[in-house]
Amino acid sequence: MTDDIERLSYDVVVVGAGGSGLRAAIEARLAGKRTAVISKSLFGKAHTVMAEGGCAAAMGNMNPRDNWQVHFRDTMRGGKFLNNWRMAELHAKEAPDRVWELEAWGALFDRTKDGKISQRNFGGHEYPRLAHVGDRTGLEMIRTLQQKVVALQQEDAAEHGDPEAMIKVFAETTITRLVKDGAGRIAGAFGYFRDSGRLVLFEAPAVILATGGIGKTFKVTSNSWEYTGDGHALALLAGAKLMNMEFVQFHPTHMVWPLSVRGLLVTESVRGDGGVLRNSEGKRFMFGYVPDVFRDQHAETEEEADRWYDDPDHNRRPPELLPRDEVARAINAEAKAGRGSPHGGVFLDIASRLPADEILRRLPSMYHQFKELADVDITKEPMEVGPAQHYVMGGVEVEPDTGAASVPGLFAAGEVSGGMHGSNRLGGNSLSDLLVFGRRAGMGAVQYLAGLTDRPAVSAAEITAAQGEVVAPLERQGGENPYAVHTELQQTMSDLVGIIRREDEIKTALAELEKLRARAANVSAEGGKGYNPGWHLALDLRNIMVIAECVAQAALTRQESRGGHTRDDFPAMSSQWRKVNLICSLDGDQVGLTQQPMAPIREDLLALFDRAELAKYLTDEELPAAVAAEEKH
Amino acid sequence: MGEKVTLRVWRGDAGQGELVDFQVEANEGEVILDVLHRLQATQAGDLAVRWNCKAGKCGSCSMEINGQPRLACMTRMSVFEPGQPVTLTPLRTFPVIRDLVTDVSFNYVKARQIPSFTPDPAVGLGEFRMQQVDVQRSQEFRKCIECFLCQNVCHVIRDHADNERAFAGPRFLMRVAELEMHPADEADRRDIAQDDFGLGLCNITKCCTEVCPENIKITDNALIPMKERVAGRKYDPLVWLGSKIGRRPRPAGTAAVPGTRGDSGSAGEQQG
Repeated sequence: MTDDIERLSYDVVVVGAGGSGLRAAIEARLAGKRTAVISKSLFGKAHTVMAEGGCAAAMGNMNPRDNWQVHFRDTMRGGKFLNNWRMAELHAKEAPDRVWELEAWGALFDRTKDGKISQRNFGGHEYPRLAHVGDRTGLEMIRTLQQKVVALQQEDAAEHGDPEAMIKVFAETTITRLVKDGAGRIAGAFGYFRDSGRLVLFEAPAVILATGGIGKTFKVTSNSWEYTGDGHALALLAGAKLMNMEFVQFHPTHMVWPLSVRGLLVTESVRGDGGVLRNSEGKRFMFGYVPDVFRDQHAETEEEADRWYDDPDHNRRPPELLPRDEVARAINAEAKAGRGSPHGGVFLDIASRLPADEILRRLPSMYHQFKELADVDITKEPMEVGPAQHYVMGGVEVEPDTGAASVPGLFAAGEVSGGMHGSNRLGGNSLSDLLVFGRRAGMGAVQYLAGLTDRPAVSAAEITAAQGEVVAPLERQGGENPYAVHTELQQTMSDLVGIIRREDEIKTALAELEKLRARAANVSAEGGKGYNPGWHLALDLRNIMVIAECVAQAALTRQESRGGHTRDDFPAMSSQWRKVNLICSLDGDQVGLTQQPMAPIREDLLALFDRAELAKYLTDEELPAAVAAEEKH
Repeated sequence: MGEKVTLRVWRGDAGQGELVDFQVEANEGEVILDVLHRLQATQAGDLAVRWNCKAGKCGSCSMEINGQPRLACMTRMSVFEPGQPVTLTPLRTFPVIRDLVTDVSFNYVKARQIPSFTPDPAVGLGEFRMQQVDVQRSQEFRKCIECFLCQNVCHVIRDHADNERAFAGPRFLMRVAELEMHPADEADRRDIAQDDFGLGLCNITKCCTEVCPENIKITDNALIPMKERVAGRKYDPLVWLGSKIGRRPRPAGTAAVPGTRGDSGSAGEQQG
């Protein structure tokens, strides 16, 4: 039965070819491992291309006072202290080297006057910190990594006579199952080539998941079709754990009109470069939405806020640059109160804040996007914007230093992994996350291989099961249309487990999901195996379904509001809940959820904060012993 | 609710195919890709369409729309004459996989033939110093989203498949220009641009520039300046004299195509 499956053998298989996947693959190849990169899209098209604003790294090029400690503090504040602090520490320390490394591989970031990499302001970052290329930073990053892979292939052609001897990209290929050996170790990955529908087994002792996020679980999202939670689901199905799946980022500014572009991202750089949010009354409403924990750092008047752009040392930040969760909730509240824009968003105004040529230079793709798709000239009129699903903070639970999941041989990096961003990710911290932890997962896999004494063998029974699962939607006659089931699921999640949540609504969602799950298991795909999107969606549905359930269950359990999880019925942040990670795992086909205490924050990292600030987040027992001098301020 | 439009879609595979008419609803503000998605969801679940970001940033959904090479995600329905059918066909230059999806692997092969970024190895991490005015030229070319519309439209390969071996196409000649103009790159790709990538075959009709969705001035800013650089080198009297004195290796710093005879360390990469 398994004769028609192509079998390939590698040391490391990286699932996903965005920023973290490519960075991981480069690291594995540099360590001499034969590496396969699996991509659902063509090479160089992954979702990373859509990142606009920049890559956060405390290089201190704009303000010498910036350093890893400040970046670490900002990241922890942004995540409301739910972050895995070790990941936040590694990220802040290593991001500058990772950015500079891209430069050495050919990336051309915008420059400062003295020829260094320019850095821009962004929400939640105390100093200008984002390395950028206009508003197309993600494209620069993925192209640089893509071209680095090509450079390595050229070296391999010289040495081995075959450019793909050591690192090969399998474009338009989907993995549907991870396979293990009898001892429960990773032995490979099973899937299909999208163009031909041919089945393929990659035999490999180490698999790195770098599949990105879960956006297609929601209706209005800035994410591409690829974001069906594949890596999250593959990890669960292989016995690994997901953490904190309730934390979903609704980025505050996306296009809301025309309907067809609803969810198209409007970069935070618009606000970083001076853009302001106004309601239908023309009021800069964000001044009314500064929460207590951030009050000290934010301006109270428009005058002070405006002075900050030129003199950040003597003025406080504009409230438009609060972390994303705060801004998204504020926009939501304004629109709900009837002070929104005609199409249900609010106004984002850069036209009255910068000269037209400056807008064109700094925000070329935003200009292009509004002009072409909405007939709006952003140098002359305000944009209509509103929140949409953008990112998931939750993900595979990994060891911070190596990206290792709980299943031996399984690693994860980037958006598919959890912990780094706590309850809310700061803008710019994603591109740097991809580089820092992509590299670390690559190193982790190499280290794991060094400790193996034998190569795990794939069990034939698992292959047969995986094969049956893949062909089922094509063989099933008269089942439901996968597109219809998917649309309903997205509607359910957006309506009932969206930006603002309530117990009764989440319960309704869970009941709906139960029904949808039965329907998803019974869809059929018309047509054959060759490049058949209906079939592909039918297979992706399994992943979207199980992830939706994880998000809903975790959202129901966490009875507080924090970052990307807002409970109407529990509006306050709770220091008791801060100590808790919610862990999802699969028992048979049932999602199980447990509460797991978080490891206490290391003392030297705690010492980077004022005790008074820590007291806003931590329980009394967690606070460092009060020192007399500290008590005074 | 929207009005019905007629989409005339090429359906078939590598062997053969035909145009099939579909009546599909279209709403205000929608683009071709929205209507194609509705067609997939309601009438043709297996219709092959390659796409990804639906934001004009990834360059996946290239196709020919009423004969014009365009991105389906950036082509608004409002640009078409009401009541007239809209014809959607796959990129003509590349082999069809199925329906609107073509095999663009040619481009990835070409990408691998261009000698990569070659900085001074002595420059340490974080030590590059470049001025904005100097990086700007290459930055324009790095806006490229690799939609391959320029590759598709360029008549050197569109109408003459036998040129595919000798011609890298506008996208990759522009990549050569990008590296040549990169302030920190030290290799010299002028000879191979002409000899191996067929820069001379380009006769600057600017078709590539016209279809570029990123509005990159491919011809004016990349190809013509490259031609000038090549000419400056080819007609330098010393270089000319050198080329007449027997077979001698290219001067130091002149890059070779990886995996070819010129690349001394190579065992030979298969081409095309």
